[in-house]
Amino acid sequence: MTESLLVAICGAATYLWRGLGVVLSGRVRTESPVFTWVGCVAWAMIAGLTMRILLMPAGVLAETSLLDRAIGSAVAMLLYFVLSRRNLFLGVGSAFVTMIVLSLLQRA
Amino acid sequence: MNPGYRLGAREALGTPAAVLAAGYVGYGALSSDVGFSLWATLLSTAAIWALPGQLILVEMSSSGAPLFAILLAVAFSAVRFLPMTVSLLPALRAPAHGRAKEFLAAHLIAMTGWIMAMRRTPELPVADRLPYFIGFALALWLVSIAATGAGFLIAGSLPPVTKSAFVFMNPVYFLLLMLSDARTRVMALSLAGGAVCGPLIYLLAPQWSVLGGGLIGGTAAFAIHRYASRHD
Repeated sequence: MTESLLVAICGAATYLWRGLGVVLSGRVRTESPVFTWVGCVAWAMIAGLTMRILLMPAGVLAETSLLDRAIGSAVAMLLYFVLSRRNLFLGVGSAFVTMIVLSLLQRA
Repeated sequence: MNPGYRLGAREALGTPAAVLAAGYVGYGALSSDVGFSLWATLLSTAAIWALPGQLILVEMSSSGAPLFAILLAVAFSAVRFLPMTVSLLPALRAPAHGRAKEFLAAHLIAMTGWIMAMRRTPELPVADRLPYFIGFALALWLVSIAATGAGFLIAGSLPPVTKSAFVFMNPVYFLLLMLSDARTRVMALSLAGGAVCGPLIYLLAPQWSVLGGGLIGGTAAFAIHRYASRHD
């Protein structure tokens, strides 16, 4: 019960930013420098978060090595950009398979 | 019904849903591993709807962090939704749609739907844009809740190797989406700025890495773009 309450409060805290975004969005012109800047910050946050998870992960991903994650990402980019016409399923799926193969090779 | 809803749902129920489902199976498995209940796990996907925030919540509560610290960390991890919402909503807005639909759409904003809507909606008629986003994101949301439950239930029989491979698909998915969207100079600069600043700030102050990395990296990218535009 307390667990679900904590989750609900965290959900409310998350929505706070989304709701505030709705309220503020009308006051920013799409072509204005402010709008461009906000877009820059949003893209940079996502890029930073993604790189952080790949370089310094927490949780189960922390048990994989940096080299494994680098090889997995490289294989995914190769399949996505070079070997297929930007097929996300192939790209991301190859990362999954690569990670499993690398982990099994290290155990053997 | 506006055709945008069905178009959005149809485009979601392919690769985006499959990839996200895989990530949420990994999350469900992880959550069960640390002793969360099934209902709290499902609720976290439905109410938070952001994998980074959910991972923070599960990891911090499993390590016995105080309630206030967990709440603060999750709130911090969600700050990115403010610029994301501010930048997405004007692109979806049409006089025909009421304010209530915008507040509903805001809850559904997350990385996948945001990137897809930013890329896809300029090609659509103005009246179809908000329905397209809601159809797309609602389909993803429902699939992800189901996948969370599936992951939770199969957790016991999932080897750790498979579990980390599932979780690994999330950052790779974001990486591919970002790289294929970095077509304009300002976007490429922003991605590069964030990719450098986010991890660097994480080393100094982990709780500030997402927000601080975005502000510093994004502002630097914006400044360079403005300066270069003036000297083109």
